[in-house]
Amino acid sequence: MANVISDETIEYVGILSKLKLDEEEKEQARKDLAEMLDYIDQLGELDTAGVEPMSHVHPEVNRFREDVVTNGDMRERILENAPEEKDGAFVVPRTFE
Amino acid sequence: MKLTEMSAWELGQKIAGGELKATEALDACMEQIGVREDEIHAYITLDAERAYENAEAVQKRIDAGESLGPLAGVPMAVKDNMCTEGMLTTCASRILGNFVPAYSATAVEKLKEAGAVIIGKTNMDEFAMGSTTETSYFGITRNPRNTEHVPGGSSGGSAAAVAAEECIYALGSDTGGSIRQPAGYCGVVGIKPTYGTVSRYGLVAYGSSLDQIGPLTKDVRDAAAVLEAISGYDEKDSTSLDRKDLHFTEALREDVKDLRIGIPSDYFGEGLDEEVGEAVRKAAEELKAAGAKVEECRLDLVKYAIPTYYTIADAEASSNLERFDGIKYGYRTEEYTDLHDMYKKTRSEGFGAEVKRRIMLGSFVLSSGYYDAYYLKALKVKALIKKAFDEAFSKYDILLGPVAPTTAPRLGESLSDPMKMYLGDIYTVSANLAGIPGISLPCGADKEGLPIGLQLLGDCFREDVLIRAAYTYEKIRK
Repeated sequence: MANVISDETIEYVGILSKLKLDEEEKEQARKDLAEMLDYIDQLGELDTAGVEPMSHVHPEVNRFREDVVTNGDMRERILENAPEEKDGAFVVPRTFE
Repeated sequence: MKLTEMSAWELGQKIAGGELKATEALDACMEQIGVREDEIHAYITLDAERAYENAEAVQKRIDAGESLGPLAGVPMAVKDNMCTEGMLTTCASRILGNFVPAYSATAVEKLKEAGAVIIGKTNMDEFAMGSTTETSYFGITRNPRNTEHVPGGSSGGSAAAVAAEECIYALGSDTGGSIRQPAGYCGVVGIKPTYGTVSRYGLVAYGSSLDQIGPLTKDVRDAAAVLEAISGYDEKDSTSLDRKDLHFTEALREDVKDLRIGIPSDYFGEGLDEEVGEAVRKAAEELKAAGAKVEECRLDLVKYAIPTYYTIADAEASSNLERFDGIKYGYRTEEYTDLHDMYKKTRSEGFGAEVKRRIMLGSFVLSSGYYDAYYLKALKVKALIKKAFDEAFSKYDILLGPVAPTTAPRLGESLSDPMKMYLGDIYTVSANLAGIPGISLPCGADKEGLPIGLQLLGDCFREDVLIRAAYTYEKIRK
């Protein structure tokens, strides 16, 4: 049942995770992922046919509130944490020419 | 008795009665920090100046006759994954190494209203991912009971700070045992409440369907008092519950005569250290002698809890940690060619190895083609685990067992083998999957003097029963 993780899978996981991996990290990731998936495969021993997936344990989830601003203008304080800021906005690298 | 040896309750009474000033309580903690912090490294951030300002402000409120409750003026510490307005909140990660929140977590806000004096922010595993506090970007924390050993994790700094008397109590967070396990390793008390009891607003999310904030304290009374102070409905957290039964200190009674306690034999199987098993069974005997009905029972699916937990927690983590991209706050890489390169380099340089490992597994189990086989399967097993607990709690008020299979491992022993570290969470992760409350408290020590933790699990909303049994047991031990 041992899982083998292909180069393509590692590339794909790297894209999904938005991580840049060097060769050594890729090798380690391949090993770690295979080991974890072998372990998780144990769940296959359980018959879950007809079982409803449970994302939350309590029935009361997603209690919505009115969309009203209550915390005032925090723009300056929020921008203080920005790596780069200009004219009251976040600066990002150019995304199109 | 030294001031730092006192419980929050005792210290709070002295401050409320005018016998002691809030600043004097803070002096005592600061002095203790001076003695022990260099070796223990429980804190990432210490802010003495702000703490003294707060202590003086709280003292003024007390002097003005304001009724603040039992924790007013008592110095405490907050795990560094909870936002504190104007104070660094790093999650023990390079990627948040310079982040200063513009607001405080609801739990922190509630404690401030109750007159808490925050000394600083405690060390933890990076993004709460780990069981030893060794994955922190800012260095390890040592176990105050034996400094060659880990304090546990991920709330290791909070547990160590309380055990070393560098604060009187602390807040932690528990996604798979991160309050209960370090409390067990450091010989203090920790509670993970029922999911939805304490607001998660301002807690940096790891596994949102599993995360809960809770107290780490010196005794059960303090744990009840702190939990009472931080609980309650919060409209800023959509999973927050509107519970009315939050008077946890009323459960502080020495009486277990009506309680049915089950000991799951599945919690005493392979991998459990002999000394740990003996101490936990002795605790069960003592509760039995005090009048509780105690018997062995079965709890199904124990071995499936860890694979289920890591699938769900890592899936949620991969999604929650998408927000760290170097744009709005935190670390940004120095050189990059375009937006995507900037994202990737920022995250690769900003996250540590364990965090990356979990993001990758989480991304994989959520990816198309694997979603049903892994993530959905885990959610189905979660439903089965919840059902197993429901059945157990139809017969018992409490399930009693160890917190962890061993006492605190030696420093450096765990990181080389992540799988082994994950297996150490076997007795704690199920409570998070099932949303039930759990309490961890000391029940002895091994040959090396390392504390052994006793864990009591209860049905949803039954913290009162856990607190009553734990309080009774603690009185028997003292």
